Amino acid sequence: MLEIRNLSAGYGSFQALFDVSLSVRAGESVAVIGPNGAGKTTLLRAISRLIDASSGDMVMEGRRYNDIPSHEVVSLGIAQVPEGRRLFPRLTVEDNLMMGAFTPAARRHYRERLDFVYSLFPKMKERRMQMAGTMSGGEQQMCAIGRALMSKPKLLLLDEPSAGLAPVIVQSIFELMRRIRAEGYTVLIVEQNIQQVLQVVDRGYLLETGRIRMGGPSEALLASDEIRKAYLGV
Amino acid sequence: MEFFDIFLLEAVVNGLLLGGLLALLALGLNLVFGVIDVIWICYAELIMVGMYAIWWLYSVQGFPLWLAFAFGVAVTSLLGAALHHFIVRPVLTAEPINQLLVTGGVLFFLQAAATVVFTVEFRNIGIRLPGVSVGELHLSMARLIAFAVALASIVATYLFLTRTYVGTAIRAISQDRGIMPLMGVNASRIYLLTSALGGGLAGLAACLLVLQYDIHPAIGLSFGPIAFLICVLGGLGNLVGGFLAAFIFAQFISVGGFVFHLEWGYVLAFVFFIVMMFWKPEGLFARRR
Repeated sequence: MLEIRNLSAGYGSFQALFDVSLSVRAGESVAVIGPNGAGKTTLLRAISRLIDASSGDMVMEGRRYNDIPSHEVVSLGIAQVPEGRRLFPRLTVEDNLMMGAFTPAARRHYRERLDFVYSLFPKMKERRMQMAGTMSGGEQQMCAIGRALMSKPKLLLLDEPSAGLAPVIVQSIFELMRRIRAEGYTVLIVEQNIQQVLQVVDRGYLLETGRIRMGGPSEALLASDEIRKAYLGV
Repeated sequence: MEFFDIFLLEAVVNGLLLGGLLALLALGLNLVFGVIDVIWICYAELIMVGMYAIWWLYSVQGFPLWLAFAFGVAVTSLLGAALHHFIVRPVLTAEPINQLLVTGGVLFFLQAAATVVFTVEFRNIGIRLPGVSVGELHLSMARLIAFAVALASIVATYLFLTRTYVGTAIRAISQDRGIMPLMGVNASRIYLLTSALGGGLAGLAACLLVLQYDIHPAIGLSFGPIAFLICVLGGLGNLVGGFLAAFIFAQFISVGGFVFHLEWGYVLAFVFFIVMMFWKPEGLFARRR
């Protein structure tokens, strides 16, 4: 579904990604793991066209989309849950969800999608008239994921969904990942929480200093010496 | 004593009517600031251009009044969009002082241009609406109409901002511009639309003011500072705060002017403003962050 080939990108003269290649097939969930500063967020920003790729190809369902403006990426079927959730704090939960359905195609299914998100997260229905900024971190993450699901994306990008949340909440966020997977969504998730994320995805890539170091099925990565030594501390 | 009460009541009612008009005056300016974070110092000059457009179409070209009004709103709407596209957009990330200076430059440009095109002669569209008596109260029809239309426009703007996708995006973009593309929203387009809406509101104000005031190139100076002070008093960018502040300000002008002397009303209102700025520099109803 998504093919990234030899992608290089950065900010100004600073290059953050070097020749990154990865793919996500329909129905699959894939994680990009790696330490802080490896370029994981930059990768998702490039995929959503928030920054330009300096070279390489980004292909969604056979269409190379390197040059489209960032606000048209949603229409390709790619929705991103940004790092730190980035809800509109002084809009209600429902208005936040409404923004997720902004594109003309999504507006047509607004009611249906809203019901879907509320059935996935009943708590959001209870909180629908509450200002998003007044909710707890875990609730805000639900709202941010719900907002991304409003456009009925083919591919859901998640940027560090567990970052900045209490350990108990982190547990429930990964539980949420499982449910979203069970709904049949194709997911590309970027995480530092390596042990936990590898338990909910099919495959993973290890990104270090802007380069893909290794890739493979989750079990293989969890079992590999390199990852066990460097990241899992065993 | 009984007379006094009737006149006082009349002053309060007139203040209420004025409040509606001032609230509309402040709305466009406040909306643009709240969303784009740039103050249109030349906002009242857009109103001036709108008033001239209406006068020229109605009195010179002989258009029906409603059509002249419609064109007046269209002209200021386009002017608002043009102002954003050509003047504000290049300085969006510049220092606030530079933004003030460029829109201040537009103020003088529009004033000078109006002087060149229309001369300094006072113009008016020659419509004098009758007075209305409600019991012993004597009110001006023009003010009643202005109040009703201003309130209706404010309600319409409110519904647009809260009930539509684009209106919600306008509120959202002021809170987090950076992620708007992830929602599929073209941020530049929302800015342009907001500017056109702000300009259109200036045009609506022009329709109402043209019924009560003569038009001359410096007429913006009669409304601009007041509109700006109301926005600041209500908390810049806070639409509800600006709405309430307009009514407070109008009561000072109207009742103060009645108790003392007409001109004293403005003096009192400005003194109130200065005192409030010492007490609450962020405005009476500052936006919660």
